Amino acid sequence: MSLVLHIWRQSDSTAQGRFERHTIDEFTPDMSFLEMLDVLNEGLISAGKEPVAFDYDCREGICGACSLVIDGIPHGPQNATTTCQLYMREFSDGDEIWVEPWRVGAFPVVRDLVVDRSAYDRILQAGGFISARTGSAPDGNTFPVSKETADRVFTSSTCIGCGACAAACPNASASLFVAAKIAHLGLLPQGQPERNSRVHTMLAQMDTEGFGFCGNHRECEAVCPKEINIDRIARMNRDMYRSLVRR
Amino acid sequence: MIYDLHSNEPTGPLENRWTKHRFDMGLVNPANRKKYQVIVVGTGLAGGSTAATLGEMGYHVKSFCFQDSPRRAHSIAAQGGINAAKNYQNDGDSVWRLFYDTIKGGDFRSRESNVYRLAELSVNIIDQAVAQGVPFAREYGGLLANRSFGGAQVSRTFYARGQTGQQLLLGAYQALNRQIAAGMVEMFPRTEMLELIVIDGRARGIVTRNLVDGKIEAHTADCVVLCTGGYGNAYYLSTNAKGCNASAVWRAHRHGALFANPCFTQIHPTCIPQSGSYQSKLTLMSESLRNDGRVWAPLRPQDSDCAPADLPEDARDYFLERRYPAFGNLVPRDIASRAAKEACDDGRGVGPEVNGRRLGVYLDFSKAIGQLGEAVIGERYGNLFEMYQRITGEDPNKTPMRIYPAIHYAMGGLWVDYNLMTTVDGLFAAGECNFSDHGANRLGASALMQGLADGYFVLPYSIGNYLSQHEADPIAPDHGAISSAISAVNSRIDRLLSAPGAKHPPEHFHRLLGQLIWDNCGMSRDPAELKNALQQLPEIRDRFWHEVKVTGSGEQFNQTLERAGRIADFLELGELMCVDALERNESCGSHARSDHLTADGEVKRDDDNYSYVAAWEYSGDVSTPILHKEQLCFEFVHPSIRSYK
Ligand SMILES: Cc1cc2nc3c(=O)[nH]c(=O)nc-3n(C[C@H](O)[C@H](O)[C@H](O)COP(=O)(O)OP(=O)(O)OC[C@H]3O[C@@H](n4cnc5c(N)ncnc54)[C@H](O)[C@@H]3O)c2cc1C
Ligand code: FES
Repeated sequence: MSLVLHIWRQSDSTAQGRFERHTIDEFTPDMSFLEMLDVLNEGLISAGKEPVAFDYDCREGICGACSLVIDGIPHGPQNATTTCQLYMREFSDGDEIWVEPWRVGAFPVVRDLVVDRSAYDRILQAGGFISARTGSAPDGNTFPVSKETADRVFTSSTCIGCGACAAACPNASASLFVAAKIAHLGLLPQGQPERNSRVHTMLAQMDTEGFGFCGNHRECEAVCPKEINIDRIARMNRDMYRSLVRR
Repeated sequence: MIYDLHSNEPTGPLENRWTKHRFDMGLVNPANRKKYQVIVVGTGLAGGSTAATLGEMGYHVKSFCFQDSPRRAHSIAAQGGINAAKNYQNDGDSVWRLFYDTIKGGDFRSRESNVYRLAELSVNIIDQAVAQGVPFAREYGGLLANRSFGGAQVSRTFYARGQTGQQLLLGAYQALNRQIAAGMVEMFPRTEMLELIVIDGRARGIVTRNLVDGKIEAHTADCVVLCTGGYGNAYYLSTNAKGCNASAVWRAHRHGALFANPCFTQIHPTCIPQSGSYQSKLTLMSESLRNDGRVWAPLRPQDSDCAPADLPEDARDYFLERRYPAFGNLVPRDIASRAAKEACDDGRGVGPEVNGRRLGVYLDFSKAIGQLGEAVIGERYGNLFEMYQRITGEDPNKTPMRIYPAIHYAMGGLWVDYNLMTTVDGLFAAGECNFSDHGANRLGASALMQGLADGYFVLPYSIGNYLSQHEADPIAPDHGAISSAISAVNSRIDRLLSAPGAKHPPEHFHRLLGQLIWDNCGMSRDPAELKNALQQLPEIRDRFWHEVKVTGSGEQFNQTLERAGRIADFLELGELMCVDALERNESCGSHARSDHLTADGEVKRDDDNYSYVAAWEYSGDVSTPILHKEQLCFEFVHPSIRSYK
């Protein structure tokens, strides 16, 4: 089977980018999308050309490194799937595929399909933690947490920080990312002492980084590989107003 | 060089050793801590927890990782869980039992004092993680849930669905973030350590490459900690993340850090088999599947390309049930792995042919589905079935899964003493990159435990102890050792970029290496084959340096260059693994020498002659390393023999 790829090439953050056309003469349905790019790259290197840069590490859908916009959709056409877990059986012989980096001002392009997502790290540094000094913890069973709460916490804490939510959002908002962390920590008894300040400092940092605010487009939820629900954003907003009253 | 391999472990009753040692260690006054600079390379469970805790204590920390964010370290991928001797289930667990299980699981090739301390600290880890907000599974009453894992007779494994590593790492990462925000930790993501700086016999810094712009820089400190993970990727295909590498520890090894038990690498029996030559990594399928799945291969080689549905019962060989009637499909990892390999070596492997071989056996759920129904099986393994189907396109409800063993973990690593210090003064190693606690075989759910015990609870003390014996003394930036380390890095990069006969991308050589050591130093190791591999390895290495093709320059984001450097180090480490496997003329744990197996495929230990840690010194020539031995002594447990018949 063969296909045509239009891949975004950009030598560094300041350079002008452009699409480059490549044909893949042979791919098999059992290849992952990234393995298909590996094969392309090995061919480019052998031919003395520079390979296409893209981020990856675990290739199991959990580290959050991979980040391609495929045919206009962050992480491609398959639901609840990271790029590394997308397999070529989702495509057909003769397809023409457009591959781009995340397009978000706060995530400048590093090279080709690689972007700088350190803005997400800085948002979490601004308050996405529970201050628990090593050695100071009480016994793990001191605060019971109901199973339902624990399950809700888990479905928020499962965020892999890939950035697809912001990449899909027409406002380039990081709201789902921020809200997931606020829900994770704020639902737990251990997270209560810093609950009011956390929502402020994190949202302020989101703003500083240049992300927009939520306009309820719900694109984030549609592309989230971990299927994090947009109700977390409503919860975050509630936490924000609540904290204004209680501060 | 003479190495006196002192483990520096305390003496006396096992239960008191760590407490006594903590009291005997020196302390750094809180007001003085800010004068010290500590470098921590790696942000996985070991590195993240170390950097966060040292920052909290008031040291100045520089933390490094090659990923774009510390949160993406490979620890994120751990699935099953983390052990702790909490005995919340009241099922007879205790620190002593966890200690004993770990020593026995390691086939009596680890240090009693270290393992006891690990078991002792395990309980604190759970408390710490809960306080950070790690959402472990809970019972309906709100208390922490446990499961039994990897054949343990007690339920001591804490878990967060199949994402325990992710949740624990996010806990450590958040603690790290807090210290970054507080200005105590300076974080360097997308920065790779390429050289160690040793001054007057002490580790005093590292040379790094900024992976975005290629800038080479030196960082100096009062001590250096490596938490850089395991070297399973030496085999090319493994369950490790693509970026996992041995470069940091290998650089340290070349500067005098002894490398312990390099041949102890663990194989996991249930991974999704390779589907083609383009394959970039292997995916683990949880061990729990063997509770309901039956492993089989066609009885006759000529049936290996038949659809499984076309093979009647009498054409199938349920080889684990046949060979190990008592444990059947639940035999330990290494035994299940070797049995699958033997079936495939007989020509009875299934699945697509890759490089002329079919490497796979079936894991069949039809009996369990018949008995319990699809719904019950779906509840137990639904997410795994889904993942399998996504990768292979096949539905395990309808056709048996195909599985094959893969490299999963490295027990070997830098030799460290009880303080986790290597043989280079001031160079510490923690987590998977040291050799310390798992002997010849690691039990499930104990790597996460070790990484966090090292980082949260051991290093903060032993580093303080080390620093209390040394005045803080910054190194002048123009020190000769710094410039020579930088120029060593630069000339190596230049060599990688300008091989005289450049024609193959680096992966070409990585695949050659991987295939060679997988065949000869993988699931079973034969002396003649090891010798053969040892002959070929220097040749492959020479060809690599002559023919490796890296396009682009060193002054830019260049992933080919990154990989080439890592592969160059794997090519050297691979040889040391084979040397060690040949030298260890016994079988133990994961190290199965074909000439030391019982008739049933059990490993045969030789305690009289091999009850030691093999610690290798770099001699200046990769092919002739020098062996040093740390004799193991068992004061509290008696080495016994396992049986699964
Ligand atoms: C698929 C899978 C499942 C597993 N499941 C379990 C489980 O259920 N339970 C369990 O106990 N164990 C499990 N393990 C094992 C366990 O995950 C690892 O042993 C453990 O996480 C290793 O942690 P670490 O901190 O030592 O290293 P890692 O998490 O590998 O971190 C290494 C760090 O070092 C950095 N680094 C490496 N080299 C350099 C360099 N040269 N310069 C700069 N930075 C560098 C990396 O960027 C990274 O930050 C599993 C392993 C795999 C592969
Ligand atoms: S490479 Fe880790 S999530 Fe895709």
